[in-house]
Amino acid sequence: MTVTEAPARPNAAPEDRYYTYAYLDEQTKRMIRRAILKALAIPGYQVPFGSREMPVPYGWGTGGIQLTAAIIGPEDVYKCIDQGADDTTNAVSIRRFFATVADVATTEDTSEATIIQSRHRIPEQPLADGQIMVFQVPQPEPLRGLEPRETETRAMHAYAEYGLQYVSLYENISAYGRIAATAGYPVMIDERYLMSPSPIPKFDNPKMHMNPAILLFGAGREKRIYAVPPFTRVRSLDFEDYPFETQSWDEVCALCGANDSYLDEVVLDDKGQHMFVCSDSHYCADRREKGHAGPMAGHALAHIETEIAAEEV
Amino acid sequence: MNAPLNLAELRPGFSEPVGDSQSVFRALLTATAQPGTRVEVGKALAPPVGLNQAAAAVLLTLADQDTLVWLEPSLRGGAIESWLRFHTSCPLTDHAEEAAFAVVSHEGLAAQMLSGFNQGDAKYPDLATTVIVMMPDLEAGPNLVLEGPGIETIAEIAPQGLPESFWAERSDLVAHFQFGIDVMMCAEATLVSIPRTTRIQTKGE
Repeated sequence: MTVTEAPARPNAAPEDRYYTYAYLDEQTKRMIRRAILKALAIPGYQVPFGSREMPVPYGWGTGGIQLTAAIIGPEDVYKCIDQGADDTTNAVSIRRFFATVADVATTEDTSEATIIQSRHRIPEQPLADGQIMVFQVPQPEPLRGLEPRETETRAMHAYAEYGLQYVSLYENISAYGRIAATAGYPVMIDERYLMSPSPIPKFDNPKMHMNPAILLFGAGREKRIYAVPPFTRVRSLDFEDYPFETQSWDEVCALCGANDSYLDEVVLDDKGQHMFVCSDSHYCADRREKGHAGPMAGHALAHIETEIAAEEV
Repeated sequence: MNAPLNLAELRPGFSEPVGDSQSVFRALLTATAQPGTRVEVGKALAPPVGLNQAAAAVLLTLADQDTLVWLEPSLRGGAIESWLRFHTSCPLTDHAEEAAFAVVSHEGLAAQMLSGFNQGDAKYPDLATTVIVMMPDLEAGPNLVLEGPGIETIAEIAPQGLPESFWAERSDLVAHFQFGIDVMMCAEATLVSIPRTTRIQTKGE
């Protein structure tokens, strides 16, 4: 499997470029950069910013794209995933966008990337010092489902008044016997700010705690930026008698046999056939390459995936 | 109000504004995410006398018409002010409490209380001032041990020339987190960022 594609540099010479480097104008980048630095200084706090119109609709990752555009440089190696996969439409489009407007090398290899933009997953491979994770966030406010008024949620954060969130988790337990939230599971950052980790599965929550990479979160429609610096305490809310738990599966990945990764269920026909596969496409492909095989190894789906990846180059 | 610019004596800013501000920002990102990390910024700059390279690089990268900048009184009215206004278009203020960025030398700190800067609002703590402190050296002063978000175990720095009361004053302010100031310490072309979350012990305490 190719790890680093040669950068497409159609506009390498500055004089050939009819837009500014990395798409955003310099004043917008400065505004976003100032917001990022304040977000890092106040971990978990949502910094308002003047979100711009991007060449994709809100909901397609405009927050993440603006963050990436403000930090990216020609030396970066860029990876973009959508629900863990490098080869879905949204991920491919955004990756091509930055290869074009920022002249960067792109990769599917988690360990090679310096910037990883993600919609709703943290890669299985542990992040490293010096890497930056950029999350696309639809709803930055963890309390929004409980309190619709921004004026109120802002006050709740100001005074660390998070009782309502615990009541909501308690109601979950009384209704379902457990905390039923599976994605966007609320976390406490450095024991001060309640934060939505964007709708990553709660399976990924523990990966944020004391991790060595910089985590940046951007919500384009909601106009908020927030961040978790490296080596910061991230605690998923729970109760002593109902401790936080991540999802687990009875199955292993049908293609690579992994029993430690987040699995997606794929329906194969209308007769009830289905398979579970790694949501992290690079992790799965890498394992298969190294000789790991699951119960349905060699299934046609595995080949389709490689073909699409090859076509893109 | 503002003196007319003397363009004949104006020093240059970044030679490649887009690329230079991006690489300086990435250094600031690393420095702020990992307090205590020394980064090199503005090595190629020749800012006006009184402004060091790192402080100049931060201002060229982050200041613009949307940010009120407060300069220590001794830096006002001369080449630094003209240089800043020309390259960043930033408005200057006489009121430290309304500044987004403040530039002060280690000598100037004696006359300026840290509590005079904007500490942020309970609901908008991001409004707090970023204080850019210029000093002779970051390794020759008394040792400090840093802990907090961004630091795996501990980090050590040794900034030189700060008034004795500086760290006590800062720690009083940031004890009221989410309020507090964020400090960027600049010596020549080296910068260390100390956001308000960093806990500091002077060695031996």
